Amino acid sequence: MKNEIIIAGSCGQGVLLAGVIITQTAIEQNLHTTWFPSYGAEVRGGTANSTTIISNEEIGSPIASNPDVLVVLNELSLNKFMPTAKEDAVIIANSSLISSNIQCNPKTYFVALNDIADLEIKNIKSANMVAIGALLKILEKKHQDKTCVLTLENAFKACRKIFSQKSNLIESNRKALQAGYNFIV
Amino acid sequence: MKKLVKGNIALCEGAIAAGLKSYFGYPITPQNEIPAYLSKKMIELKRVFVQAESELAAANMVLGAAVTGVRAMTSSSSPGISLKQEAISYMAGMELPALIVNVQRGGPGLGNISGSQGDYFQSVKGGGHGDYKLIVLAPNCVQEMYEMAYDSFDLAEKYRIPVMILTDGIIGQMMEPVDFNRPEREKLLIPNWALDGCKNRPPRSLKSLLMKDGDLEKHNFALQEKYKTISQNEVKYETFEISDADIIICAFGIAARISKSAVCLARKNGIKVGLFRPLTLFPFPSKEISELSQRFKNFLSVELNHGQMVEDVRLAVNGKANVEFLGKAGGGIVTELEILDKLKNFL
Repeated sequence: MKNEIIIAGSCGQGVLLAGVIITQTAIEQNLHTTWFPSYGAEVRGGTANSTTIISNEEIGSPIASNPDVLVVLNELSLNKFMPTAKEDAVIIANSSLISSNIQCNPKTYFVALNDIADLEIKNIKSANMVAIGALLKILEKKHQDKTCVLTLENAFKACRKIFSQKSNLIESNRKALQAGYNFIV
Repeated sequence: MKKLVKGNIALCEGAIAAGLKSYFGYPITPQNEIPAYLSKKMIELKRVFVQAESELAAANMVLGAAVTGVRAMTSSSSPGISLKQEAISYMAGMELPALIVNVQRGGPGLGNISGSQGDYFQSVKGGGHGDYKLIVLAPNCVQEMYEMAYDSFDLAEKYRIPVMILTDGIIGQMMEPVDFNRPEREKLLIPNWALDGCKNRPPRSLKSLLMKDGDLEKHNFALQEKYKTISQNEVKYETFEISDADIIICAFGIAARISKSAVCLARKNGIKVGLFRPLTLFPFPSKEISELSQRFKNFLSVELNHGQMVEDVRLAVNGKANVEFLGKAGGGIVTELEILDKLKNFL
């Protein structure tokens, strides 16, 4: 089992953090994992992406030239990374910001990440965590071998670790993960 | 459980555990996590952290700390390392142990902030003036950033030589789970050559200016003897899937990570490939590559530059096998598929 996950968006959307949560979740399950960021000099705006690789074997390159999972939070990132994704890649597109008429892989999951974050969590900034929750459910449904599927429970654990210095953020991030997870049926 | 940290942070933890007493630096991407982290951590530990006014100042402060026998380091990225070369040459001449970290970025000039391996020549062939060598270590994962930083001080003190960790923006910025498994070094002895006050003993001196007739010549012979000893004792390398290989890829650092993926991919495509990864760039595993060239007839050096280590591979092979090169510079990253294409055209 190996997943090469690229999460991309604009700076400030939390694409690096979203990758960190997945990476930490993989650690909780004793899987091999790497995380690699790429971003410009901007704090907001510009483009940012993170690559997370998860495998039950040792990982060579930490860079994914053909990802099999793509989570895109804005249209610019969709256009940039869609051509690089594998043919049968799992793609989550943030339909709050991306028109669903856009030409892309027929299996793309259009999820209104910003709207879910805004309405259910009352915090639009947690759209990244909604995306991770949705991704966990999709991968859970897709993978036959359940031993290496990342679980929501371990994502909660990862949240507690990553936000251990900012414990007030744990609950809303947990809720956002849950909301994304529940959205996919 | 292993901790998820960036390569740059793992390196700091390794140096701290090894008893790093003083850090001197100046900011530059992609190594900024190192001074940022140490600026907090070293103060908490009541050790020395100085953000100097320039790279030159920082490197010379390392020299100043090292003469007193304490563990000292600096870090920078390519253009900053160029600025430090004068002090590095002085430290090599004065036989001072210290750690210098180069988290390489694209060059030449100010270049860009992407990972690169363009400073191989600078690191292993001198960099500064005069006939000198550094021990050059090339980690390829976050765990090795920690371990090599930890081990570098013992190596530096054993041979009284500056050690360079030659890494890059990718290994420095990426996160991987790390096992912080090395014991904290506490009581470190001050070496018997250090300038620590001459009360009740004759004064000592440490210098690289040797003007008396024949002194510098003698000193250079002694340095070369030392480098020979290091070459005999400290070579480290790793091999992967080489026993039945038709082609051997030589690569270090991040290029070796990508190459390892390429080896697996190539084998799935029916091409028998192996990987030879030097962990030490000086001393370079020339003897080992030379021995391999008796049995294997095709070598491919993969680097994030336009052909630097390949020259040392060719010297080691010495005409006994075919040596080719694949590389990119300036932030370009060689992919597994590009390596596969090159391998397909090789045979």
